[in-house]
Amino acid sequence: MTTNALTSKSSTSGRAGDKIFSGAALGAGVLILITLFAVAVFLLIQALPTFMADPADISGGEGFFAYIWPIVIGTVIAAAIALLIATPIGLGVALFISHFAPRRIAGPLGYVIDLLAAIPSVIYGAWGYMVLAPALVPGYDWLAANMGFIPIFEGPASQTGKTMLTAGIVLAVMVLPIITSLSREIFLQTPKLHEEAALALGATRWEMITTAVLPFARPGIISAVMLGLGRALGETMAVALVLSTGGLIPSLIQSGNQTIAAEIALNFPEAFGLRLAELIAAGLVLFLITLVVNMIARAIIARHKEFSGAN
Amino acid sequence: MSAMTTFERSNTTLTPPPSRKRNSLAKGKMPKWALPAIGAGSIVLGAAASTLTGFSVATFAIYSAVLFLVIASVATTVVEGKRRGKNAMWTYLIYASFILALIPLASVLYTVLEKGLPGMNSHFLFTSMNGITGAVDNQTVAEGTPVLGGAYHALMGTLLITLWATLISVPVGMLTAIYLVEYGKNGPLARAITFFVDVMTGIPSIVAGLFAAAFFGLLLGPNSRMGIVAAVALSVLMIPTVVRSTEEMLKIVPNELREASYALGVRRWRTILKVVIPTAISGIASGVTLAIARVIGETAPILVTAGIASNINLNVFANWMSTLPTFIYYQIMTPTSPTNVDPSLQRAWAAALLLILMVMALNLIARLIAKIFAPKKGR
Repeated sequence: MTTNALTSKSSTSGRAGDKIFSGAALGAGVLILITLFAVAVFLLIQALPTFMADPADISGGEGFFAYIWPIVIGTVIAAAIALLIATPIGLGVALFISHFAPRRIAGPLGYVIDLLAAIPSVIYGAWGYMVLAPALVPGYDWLAANMGFIPIFEGPASQTGKTMLTAGIVLAVMVLPIITSLSREIFLQTPKLHEEAALALGATRWEMITTAVLPFARPGIISAVMLGLGRALGETMAVALVLSTGGLIPSLIQSGNQTIAAEIALNFPEAFGLRLAELIAAGLVLFLITLVVNMIARAIIARHKEFSGAN
Repeated sequence: MSAMTTFERSNTTLTPPPSRKRNSLAKGKMPKWALPAIGAGSIVLGAAASTLTGFSVATFAIYSAVLFLVIASVATTVVEGKRRGKNAMWTYLIYASFILALIPLASVLYTVLEKGLPGMNSHFLFTSMNGITGAVDNQTVAEGTPVLGGAYHALMGTLLITLWATLISVPVGMLTAIYLVEYGKNGPLARAITFFVDVMTGIPSIVAGLFAAAFFGLLLGPNSRMGIVAAVALSVLMIPTVVRSTEEMLKIVPNELREASYALGVRRWRTILKVVIPTAISGIASGVTLAIARVIGETAPILVTAGIASNINLNVFANWMSTLPTFIYYQIMTPTSPTNVDPSLQRAWAAALLLILMVMALNLIARLIAKIFAPKKGR
């Protein structure tokens, strides 16, 4: 009798507990989906006035497209510079840690590179503004004097160093740890037998890397670079602090150009009414761009499930 | 030269008549002294070339590195053949990329320490910017007295907003991870959640801030900026990190533990709460700590959601708040006294040092938690 009472009591309360708990877990999961959906919806609602408004009322006076186009290009330029610098160096660092450094110090070296990722973006911005930009001025002067015939190095060079190239370099420093840590994981997963087979056939270490490691890691490298791209596109503070903004110009060593994220951060605190809607619309555009980039990267990772360490 | 040395060695160690032939194992190999010699030569030449174009440490380092790379690769190619030359070149390039990656890290840490230490004192830590105007800073500079004003309000803002963000994200994130691992299995909903959590990881921080601002803007009217809005924005950034790390940790809890618990007649939810989570708690705690470290330094979302304040505001549900990152940003971008920016910069760098110390401490704590409380591994 007592046993029965016990079991029946425990089973009813237990069943309720199970229901509540699984319901809460399900609810939390659904909440995340709703949140992501809500991000898009709320941004869209708040941005709507921009698309409805008279083109003459939009900043620049030529409609939203004319307003957003230059800063989309600026965003892409900044991210492209960052990736051009960070990808080779990041892969080099990853190879160094996975295949070149002595085993005993490889782990600590990985931590050191991860430290780069831990530093807050505003501190990178401050560093770029106070240290890197002034230090790059002589280099920009040299570029303007000797390479000025190439449009992207057209002079006169900025004398504060607060240019697109500086912003791109700061972004590269911030993207580097992402590319390094993801590709390092993948390099380490290269089948040992492939590597040893290459070495046994008389390959040098570099030949072993090009024939065994890199082909195996290619999808992983692509997705690492894509994730780095997502970060570079959305990074705000480094650009807001480092770049002396202006209209779209081809030269990377003059002040000018702007990115979406920095445009929002610089203008949002004083914005109201239509300007606010405009900035939120710009945010929506940025959201869509990064969403597409990240979804492609994740799809590549998902297609190659064996690279499970890629997260 | 290498032939010479092998010859001499064989002369002393071997009794048979010395052969003039090179040792076949050492044949076609760069002698040991070659690389240091090329290195020394490159440094000398680099210094000379740098002096010709106006000496600076940067050009000296660049010239020396390029000279070493070229000379050493060419020398290896000549002595050891094309394939080994290529191998040598890429090896040097990979070492160089690692050194190159360390330069910004060292430079940032050095700058923050050098510029932040002078301003780091108890006055800075325990006073706010309330009443600190340009005139105060001008007077400080003119009279050479210690810089007034501090970051107490920003420190409190950072702690409160991060605390609230943690309070929101940890339950949601952990429950989601539990759903994914324990209930969802690999169903369509679980797969959708996993995919979108991954996508959420890539949301730019400023967009998360805009979302929170837009959401509360619709609820409470435009320009409603306060701590809790910032906390919601930070949660959007924090939840995916918490989900991912918790999920990984729950996945490595051995199934035998769950099955043993079920076999004893324990309900599923009690199994999860009493068996699964305690087993994984060290990993979860360290993941949460890392997630906090990630959001504590976020600037952009705070900028658009909590505004900026110079006085102490401990209520996250009303009025604007300052945090350390926004404090740094505004002290640099709009110095308190436009004519004498040094006091503002000193405060900004001291705040940067404080922020870096907090982030590093959190990272260290996360590693310690993971190491100390790690579950005992079976064999």
